[in-house]
Order: sequence, then C-alpha cells, then structure tokens
Amino acid sequence: MFLARVIGTVVSTHKEPRTAGVRFLVVEKLDPTSLAGKKDYLVAMDAVDAGVDEVVLCVSGSAARLTEATDGRPTDAAVIGIVDDVDVGGRAVYRKDQA
Amino acid sequence: MTFARVAGTVVLTRRADTVPGARFLLVEACTPRLEGRGEYLVAVDTVGAGEGELVMVAQGPSARNTELTDRRSVDAVICGIVDLVDQDGEVVFRK
Repeated sequence: MFLARVIGTVVSTHKEPRTAGVRFLVVEKLDPTSLAGKKDYLVAMDAVDAGVDEVVLCVSGSAARLTEATDGRPTDAAVIGIVDDVDVGGRAVYRKDQA
Repeated sequence: MTFARVAGTVVLTRRADTVPGARFLLVEACTPRLEGRGEYLVAVDTVGAGEGELVMVAQGPSARNTELTDRRSVDAVICGIVDLVDQDGEVVFRK
C-alpha cells in the first residue's frame, strides 16, 4: 500500500458499465517521511468516501477489487483508508487533526 | 519477498470494510545490511515488528495468504522478522 493525497475527482460519462456508480479520485503519491507530493499521479476508485485534500491509504493490483465498492469492477487501484497519523522514526510526520 | 526496515507507523480512522483491523507499518526497502533504498511502502504487520527491525515483506496477491489478510484488500504484508542473514558464508546481519 502507499500513502497519497486526494487532489481531485474524475468525471467520465462514456465508460464501461461496470465502472458505473463509483467515484474516481485523482491521487498524488506522497513521500511518507515529509508528506511532500511526489508528482506521481493516478486514478483510484474510492472505497471510503474520501474527500479532496485528505491523506489516504491506497492499494494496488488485484487487492483493489476486494472492497465492497470495487468488487468485480475493472480497477487496479483503490482508496481503502483515511489516514489519521503518520509517525516516522518516532517523530510525528502527520496528524490529521492538526492539518 | 524483499527486505525492508520498519521506519514508522500509519494510523487509519476510516477504512473500507475489507481492510483488516491490523497494524499498518511504514517500511523502507533495504539491503540485508539494513541500508535503506529510499523507497517506502505501507505493509500490514502480522508478526509484531518494531521500528528499526529488518523484516521480510511479501507484495501482490501473495500478501493475502496470511490468517490476518485472507481475502482482504491488502497488497503488502510483513511476514517475518529477520534474525540472521548469511550471504556467501558470511553473516551480514544479526539482530
């Protein structure tokens, strides 16, 4: 899994039927030691109702299909958690309630 | 599997139903001598690993083949704490 920040949403009207009814989020991968964006972007299906600007946990590959929201859908990336705290080397790198 | 050093922790408030209620650790890919490679990932801890420890990480669909992660939406799991690495007859790591 990797940490990312939700930076936007994707709207698509002409799409495969099995992608209907699910939100697409644009996420930017983060350097977990600084929470700085890595300018590495991808589109992930949303399984937790994440909002723009939130720090999230994303999963890739076949595991992305193993959520209620993404079961049986053509996806290789999913947002599966909203991150509260990140600690590296005993130091708080991120606190959601202080962000 | 790859070697990694436990670098930190990640706490989640809200998670998808199929995400295990487990510890999520931030790990840095490293050499058997604990030299970091600067690449990080988040892995589910199945063994009670602590910060700074050398661990083995399984990625991809194999990450679901533990009791804790069976059929869960997980793509990386810590499946062992390394005690000793013997490479070409030389002990390169000892816990």
